[in-house]
Amino acid sequence: MPAVSKGDGMRGLAVFISDIRNCKSKEAEIKRINKELANIRSKFKGDKALDGYSKKKYVCKLLFIFLLGHDIDFGHMEAVNLLSSNKYTEKQIGYLFISVLVNSNSELIRLINNAIKNDLSSRNPTFMCLALHCIANVGSREMAEAFASEIPRILVAGDTMDSVKQSAALCLLRLYKTSPDLVLMGEWTSRVVHLLNDQHMGVVTAAISLITCLSQKNPDEFKTCVSLAVSRLSRIVSSASTDLQDYTYYFVPAPWLSCKLLRLLQCYPPPEDGAVKGRLVECLETILNKAQEPPKSKKVQHSNAKNAILFEAISLIIHYDSEPNLLVRACNQLGQFLQHRETNLRYLALESMCTLASSEFSHEAVKTHIETVINALKTERDVSVRQRAADLLYAMCDRSNAKQIVAEMLSYLETADYSIREEMVLKVAILAEKYAVDYSWYVDTILNLIRIAGDYVSEEVWYRVIQIVINRDDVQGYAAKTVFEALQAPACHENMVKVGGYILGEFGNLIAGDPRSRYVPFCLMFTLLFFFSLVPCLLTCSQKLRPQSRRCCAAIARSATQMLNCSSELRVKEFHLQRFWSPFSQATVLEEMPPFPERESSILAKLKKKKGPGAVSVTELEDSKRESGELNGAGERGPDPSVMAASNASTPSPSADLLGIRSAVPVSAPASSGSLLVDVFSEAGPTASSGAVNDDGFLRFVCKNNGVLFENQLLQIGIKSEYRQNLGRMYLFYGNKTSVQFASFTTTVILDNCLQLNVQSKPVEPLVEGGAQIQQVLNIECLTDFSDAPLLNIKFRYGGALQNLTLKLPVTINKFFQPTEMASQDFFQRWKQLSQPQQEAQKIFKANHSMDTEVIKAKLLGLGMALLDNVDPNPENYVCAGVIQTKSQQVGCLLRLEPNAQAQMYRLTLRCSKDSVSKRLCELLAQQF
Amino acid sequence: MMRFLLLFSRQGRLRLQKWYTAISEREKKKIIREMTTMVLARQPRTCNFIQWKDMKIVYKRYASLYFCLGVEHEENELLALEIIHRYVELLDKYFGNVCELDIIFNFEKAYFILDEFLMGGEIQETSKQIVNRAIESSDMLQETMEEYMSKPAF
Repeated sequence: MPAVSKGDGMRGLAVFISDIRNCKSKEAEIKRINKELANIRSKFKGDKALDGYSKKKYVCKLLFIFLLGHDIDFGHMEAVNLLSSNKYTEKQIGYLFISVLVNSNSELIRLINNAIKNDLSSRNPTFMCLALHCIANVGSREMAEAFASEIPRILVAGDTMDSVKQSAALCLLRLYKTSPDLVLMGEWTSRVVHLLNDQHMGVVTAAISLITCLSQKNPDEFKTCVSLAVSRLSRIVSSASTDLQDYTYYFVPAPWLSCKLLRLLQCYPPPEDGAVKGRLVECLETILNKAQEPPKSKKVQHSNAKNAILFEAISLIIHYDSEPNLLVRACNQLGQFLQHRETNLRYLALESMCTLASSEFSHEAVKTHIETVINALKTERDVSVRQRAADLLYAMCDRSNAKQIVAEMLSYLETADYSIREEMVLKVAILAEKYAVDYSWYVDTILNLIRIAGDYVSEEVWYRVIQIVINRDDVQGYAAKTVFEALQAPACHENMVKVGGYILGEFGNLIAGDPRSRYVPFCLMFTLLFFFSLVPCLLTCSQKLRPQSRRCCAAIARSATQMLNCSSELRVKEFHLQRFWSPFSQATVLEEMPPFPERESSILAKLKKKKGPGAVSVTELEDSKRESGELNGAGERGPDPSVMAASNASTPSPSADLLGIRSAVPVSAPASSGSLLVDVFSEAGPTASSGAVNDDGFLRFVCKNNGVLFENQLLQIGIKSEYRQNLGRMYLFYGNKTSVQFASFTTTVILDNCLQLNVQSKPVEPLVEGGAQIQQVLNIECLTDFSDAPLLNIKFRYGGALQNLTLKLPVTINKFFQPTEMASQDFFQRWKQLSQPQQEAQKIFKANHSMDTEVIKAKLLGLGMALLDNVDPNPENYVCAGVIQTKSQQVGCLLRLEPNAQAQMYRLTLRCSKDSVSKRLCELLAQQF
Repeated sequence: MMRFLLLFSRQGRLRLQKWYTAISEREKKKIIREMTTMVLARQPRTCNFIQWKDMKIVYKRYASLYFCLGVEHEENELLALEIIHRYVELLDKYFGNVCELDIIFNFEKAYFILDEFLMGGEIQETSKQIVNRAIESSDMLQETMEEYMSKPAF
């Protein structure tokens, strides 16, 4: 091998490259580059004429500098000079520079074209190839104008060398793609087709790319290529693996050419000529048969090349869609790949099956793989493979399996990657509508969708469910009942409130029989309040209120006033807030209002932050936001009076009622309770807002393990965690909500207050692209019981500004609970054993949340203890038992929770074998109910 | 058709870029940034294909270098992987046990070898022998030239 070529060619260049590599810092590198640029500039400007070698060397250095990512604004002329050198290497570097760094300077293009023209007519094949490469690399319109008629001549001339033919074919293809109008069909076209018969496999390989492209645009003119392609394919497929010498790739004869031939055939319908078609079907069968043969090599290259042909053949079979036998065989083959150990093959099989699912011949065959695909959706480690599985489920869905598929997709949504949630939501919504036999299923599905992935449910989706409910009177009663139930949940997504508001507004009367329906007006009232807080936000943020939202508001307002007016005890004028309030706190529609996507008032956020023991230092974040200025713009305002006025002015007349109620309420209400309503309004801002999660975020995770821990305009942090014995694993998902990259992203777990835990994690990637999400895993070990939680500090750069926030990680002692089932007798025996005064902790507190039995039960189960039935003599009370597992010891715990619905109070008692645990659990739990 | 080929190191340093469609420098830089972060973030044993915008990204790691190919939708992913592999083989044959440094110091050669193999985003020549012969003969031309250059002038 030519040792001389390895950098010895230009010693100065090699020295420069090592200098750059030795630079310790970016600054040093830039300094070195600037020095070199100055040197080159002076050489180029100097009066002494440079020899070709020096010119080549300097041009090459400029190229290197450019490829490092620096701008180059000179040297083009010197490069063009090199083109006309008759020394090969100078010419070669000149062309390389032009190809990489072409400038649209027309003067230069003229000179370049001149040089190319000379080389094309030089009859020196090496020079011709260089010139053709340059045309293909630049591919500009000027070049097409200059050479589009010349190149076909070179391509089909009898005396052109094979290597030049190859370059000419691909050069022409490039010009045809950029300027099809300049490449005129002519007598050369028929001769191009015959290149398929060329003896030289390289010529066929290059020419077929051109022929395929031309056939796509002018199928009739090129249709003779079908029979030529079939016979060429047949020769390759039936050849022994050694026949084609160097065109055999890892025992696979000419894989690239085979695939290109199969692709060319996909430009045409199945051959009409029976003999040609027979021969082709034979080829396809041979390819399918070969897939079943034992591999000739263990190398992945062998299987890749072989399977590439197989996949291309399957594409052709699907394209023809006329050979049921082949289609079913293809499907079976792909079915095998679905469980292949190579991830690549599973991915491609899922993708390919998607198209197979749409053929009537193979749809049923594809459906037989449903379990495998569902399994892939659940277990594949690679999100792109899961995405393919979801696509395939969508494609194979029909009336017979819709319920299963929709259910699987819904459950997948709970953990799906943020990047694909929106698409998944749309798919579920489409399938649910398309295959709904009974519309109650449809309504349930969409409500589930909102519950699971509310943020990703676009307006189109929830408008559609309302449309359907309005259009189908058989489902209206069910829908009203269901949304009413749904709104009882302790936390509802904004979209749920919207849908609920609308449906109850229209059809709330249909559930009048329900004993709880006396709450309907309250429900409506709250949706109303909700919309109140929403309207100004919408106005300030987007300056446009969608007609549907407006109608929605109006409908709620209308029915709310009607209902309030007609029900004698709830006259607006005699609006007794105290009475009004208590049932309401039961319904808790407003409680834990879901986050707005809109901006929050930073003042309110701060207020809120001051109220609680601040776990999140939002201040720094907000300060830096303010510094960066443009981040939040004008949107960062609460509902101020002027905005309210604006909303008043721009909403249609029914909203006059709306405002009427609002102003009527504080006036008619007693002063003390009036402030309560004011609270509601002021609360609607922060609760709904994104930033001020701080301690709430922490407390929300005492009884659950998954969810969104923190969210502001920039960042969303989601959590998934699992615990076993004294060990836990927490997955943190950091989602960049902006379209701008986060740089220097670092996270630190701070254990200063919490040395009883051992937390291990790997550093995260320092860059988080806009819209991207990264994951971090924390491995947690509980050494002994603890009270304080670890902190998570997150720092990153957004735009220029450093963002810094600290969150309390929701790791609480109850996470290490193991439930203990026991009989009533055992329970009381243990209860008695733990009777030392310090072992017991007790608290009496006011209910902050719904006192609904199911809600309380769900929370207690989420706590991690076993909920014991038939233990407490009073069936209203709840009794739990569990053991906390730490590395050093086990702590047995018993819990008793006694609700008093009349007083809206609870009494909570904990008895644990360790005093500190009783105390801590009691503190934690008192804030949960 | 291939749209681009990028070679970058594990640290995200770009070693070679080849574009087969006309796009602006800004756009190129954006794609390079996205590709490096996206590909480097991939976990081991995930599949080598990524759906990205209207393209398929096919990538493979060889020692310290990532080869990342952006291909159009109808392109065969498995063969794209083998295009990468064949290019690596060609580099290896030329440099003899090619490593990242060879490509840094002889970047122009890496481009020339690529140009013999691919053109305009399509395969020009799949035969390893023929490509190698072409490169060798251009080196012969170069050697003659170097010799000529070093001769004392009259």
